[in-house]
Amino acid sequence: MELVNQHAKGIMEECKLRARDAGLRFDDETLEYIVTNRDMIELSPKIMIPTLYDYWVHDVRVLSGKGMYEAYPSNPYETVINTRPAISFYNDNNPDWLNVMIFYHVLAHIDFFQNNLYYKNTWDVDLAGQALADKRLIAQLRSEKGRWVDYVIEFARGIDNLVGFHRDLNRTLTREQGHVPDRIDFYFDRFLQKIKSVPQHVYLKEIDRYNQCQKDHADFFAQVIEQHPEFEEIFQKEKQKISPVKMDVMEYILKYSPFLHREENEWMKSVIHIVRSTSLYFQPQIRTKTMNEGWASFWHAHLFLNDDRIRGHETDFAKVNATVTAMPKVGLNPYALGLRLFEHIQEMEDRGRYSLDYFQLKDAVLRTKYDCTKNTGMDYIFFVRENMEDFSFINTFVDQEFVDRHHLFVAGKRFNPQHNTWQYYIKSKKVADYKQMVINTLHHPPDIYVVEGKTGNGVLYLNHQFENKPLKQDFIENTMIGIEFLWGGPVHLETSVPSAAAHPGSQYINFWDPGAAGKTADSRQSPIQWKRVRYVLKDRKLHKQEL
Amino acid sequence: MITLDELLERDKKREEDGFKRKIRIGRIVKPGAGNREKIIVVPTTVEEKFVHDDTLLNDQSPGEGEPTGGTGEGEEGDVIGEQPVRPEEGEGQGEGDGEGPGEGQGGEHEMEANAYELGKVLSQDFELPNLKDKGKKRALARYVYDLTDKNRGVGQILDKKATLKKIMETNMSLGRIPDVTRIDTAGFVVSPRDLIFRVLSREKQYESQALVFFLRDYSGSMGGKVTQTVVSQHVMLYSWLVYQYERQVETRFILHDTEAREVTDFQKYYSYKVAGGTKVYTAFQMVNEIVEKENLARDYNIYVFYGTDGDDWEKDGKQTLVEIEKILTYAARIGISVVKHTYTGTKQTEVEKYIQDSGVLDRHSHLIKMDVMGENVDDSRIIQGIKTLIS
Repeated sequence: MELVNQHAKGIMEECKLRARDAGLRFDDETLEYIVTNRDMIELSPKIMIPTLYDYWVHDVRVLSGKGMYEAYPSNPYETVINTRPAISFYNDNNPDWLNVMIFYHVLAHIDFFQNNLYYKNTWDVDLAGQALADKRLIAQLRSEKGRWVDYVIEFARGIDNLVGFHRDLNRTLTREQGHVPDRIDFYFDRFLQKIKSVPQHVYLKEIDRYNQCQKDHADFFAQVIEQHPEFEEIFQKEKQKISPVKMDVMEYILKYSPFLHREENEWMKSVIHIVRSTSLYFQPQIRTKTMNEGWASFWHAHLFLNDDRIRGHETDFAKVNATVTAMPKVGLNPYALGLRLFEHIQEMEDRGRYSLDYFQLKDAVLRTKYDCTKNTGMDYIFFVRENMEDFSFINTFVDQEFVDRHHLFVAGKRFNPQHNTWQYYIKSKKVADYKQMVINTLHHPPDIYVVEGKTGNGVLYLNHQFENKPLKQDFIENTMIGIEFLWGGPVHLETSVPSAAAHPGSQYINFWDPGAAGKTADSRQSPIQWKRVRYVLKDRKLHKQEL
Repeated sequence: MITLDELLERDKKREEDGFKRKIRIGRIVKPGAGNREKIIVVPTTVEEKFVHDDTLLNDQSPGEGEPTGGTGEGEEGDVIGEQPVRPEEGEGQGEGDGEGPGEGQGGEHEMEANAYELGKVLSQDFELPNLKDKGKKRALARYVYDLTDKNRGVGQILDKKATLKKIMETNMSLGRIPDVTRIDTAGFVVSPRDLIFRVLSREKQYESQALVFFLRDYSGSMGGKVTQTVVSQHVMLYSWLVYQYERQVETRFILHDTEAREVTDFQKYYSYKVAGGTKVYTAFQMVNEIVEKENLARDYNIYVFYGTDGDDWEKDGKQTLVEIEKILTYAARIGISVVKHTYTGTKQTEVEKYIQDSGVLDRHSHLIKMDVMGENVDDSRIIQGIKTLIS
């Protein structure tokens, strides 16, 4: 692994100037390294961060990655890590013209990292440096505690998808805006109406008084406290009740686990903390894959084709670009989908189609012709890149126009007993179905939290907020064994499972004879019935109780 | 970088610490030219977490797979393509296959992968010898590219010797070499077509391949421990061969009482019991029949392992010895294990006796070995026995 040579760095710096002119924003400092395929394989289990802590699962992944490479050699062009300064890795066999394209792609990624609000908590972190410090700490602990360090890492990683990413983000954002839970809202919405139940005319009078105070810059609450001396106390109490600072499972364990608070176990906390913050760090990346790749593809195409340095390589570019951003006949490609969606948004906004006028237009011909030449598309996609993540991006902007324009559909797959084949067919061309299908592929960890009321007497009580998706059965036991270890006592988990009567066993496809299920059962099952159960893990033994 | 062995060593420690093992051996299958596929052994593991299980989707009909995206012309309901449910032989499994337990591939692969690992451990840790190849090779439909084809005029590497010959030929036919004992190379004419180059071409690769016959007495006397001991020795032998031949091992299983029969798999080989008499020669006879009928001797390194409690109705073993002599003409090794019942004591069993007396062990000492042990032996003795059988 080595820094790119001065020649390539020169190309990169030139790319930065052009990208900035086009509107992208990113830090001046960046580091570019040349790496081999072999380096890439060794780095990828560590999410490309060379300084990430050592852990045996990463070694397993490296070994299987090498096997995979032996069987299916591949040649990744680049990867970028979101750190300060941003670091990117380039394959050692990229030609110059290709590097121009890849540099633009990378710069757009960096722009995304440094401007999308979901990454806010990562903006001030030198991840590579932080990770190095963590790695050293873990190495030192390992020399003292041996393999128990790895168990703690394993068990902590077992729950590292339950980190409260949105809660943390919300804390940061609200703190920043100086947002105190609203006293005014509380006074008018709850205090006057619910607690005091004042008649309407009194209420309206108070509103008038409030407006007057605003105009006069007077203190509205001075009089309120005079009238209702108990207001402040009630407000504070309610405030705590309404929005107690919720902790995620990892935080809760860190704070309250009796086991971790024993002096000889204190060291485990720092390990768990490292796992938790690493997981939090990568949350925005998991949640913006389509957008991030789409954004980078959008810009590499846009900037590359306007770059005079690449004259003569247009066809080379077209070929590489097509392999990266082609819409597959069957399957999903986040690069392709994201890119097309950004283009679509830009065009729709340019023609003023995100408007009530357009929305109310029923005539299909007029709709296709609608264009009020607003030309604000470019600003709008910058707004989108700043404020959205994959779910809102897809849920908001995938519309029927988009689906029709790119001939998108939901591809179904069913067994054809005559030919003994899987048959792919067009299942639906409706936007709602397509959207749902894409959304189903997005990262969505189960919502599991500590129920404080039921936690006590050494028992940790977890509740799974059920969303009509059961937990993966095989993983429950080992995950709970890990939590029991960290908590130092029994763990309960409340969740839902299909009730036995309606258990759609025949829906599982028999691998060797996929037609078997279809022959016996009728083609449509009644919806699954769910029942609440409690898993109890005690002394590394799992029991299931019905509720 | 940690090696596979170190990882497995750690995994063992997990069990001592009271947790379940986490590392499995997975395989990545690479489709090769023709129908040869390459198999790469890699460790796999799953990081278990609470995650949603998407296999239970509400609106899916039976026999229907998960939907995905697509693009192209067509109306709802149109079929856009078909794909065989089971991949054709030689067709790869693609990415992701190496990951996770189960593999969706059925148990057989797993068994073989485990056997390979066991064989490796046996070979390394117990210092079992490495095989000396008998030299019988079998052509496999795998190709490598090598500089073997010759091409006149243009190519990749000049074959100097062949070129010189060609130049000689040319000049001889032109009459420029009047006296072969006094050649004047300065007068040679060299035509461009005289230059012989070697070019890359497809070469068949040959690999050695083993065929192992496992033979076992399953007569009434073979109850309990004896069978267990024989079978565990055979399992380890199989593993060792799988490792030695890099999986190019085929197995045949033969059981006998007064008659021999072939069974299809290890499960049956292990579990069948009958209460009949014992004629040892029938099993060896069957090996000869199979080898002859299928003409196996040409293509395979053949191994025959036989396990018995030493009891035989044919007291002098005449027919058995005839069959064994016949096998010795083509086999790489015959290994006979006699597992004695406790009640036999130090007395020689029939099989032991006639084999010893015939002198075949001395005459063909590099081809046939015998190991005699009691029924209550432990693993290390069994491995010791394997060493004897394959030494």
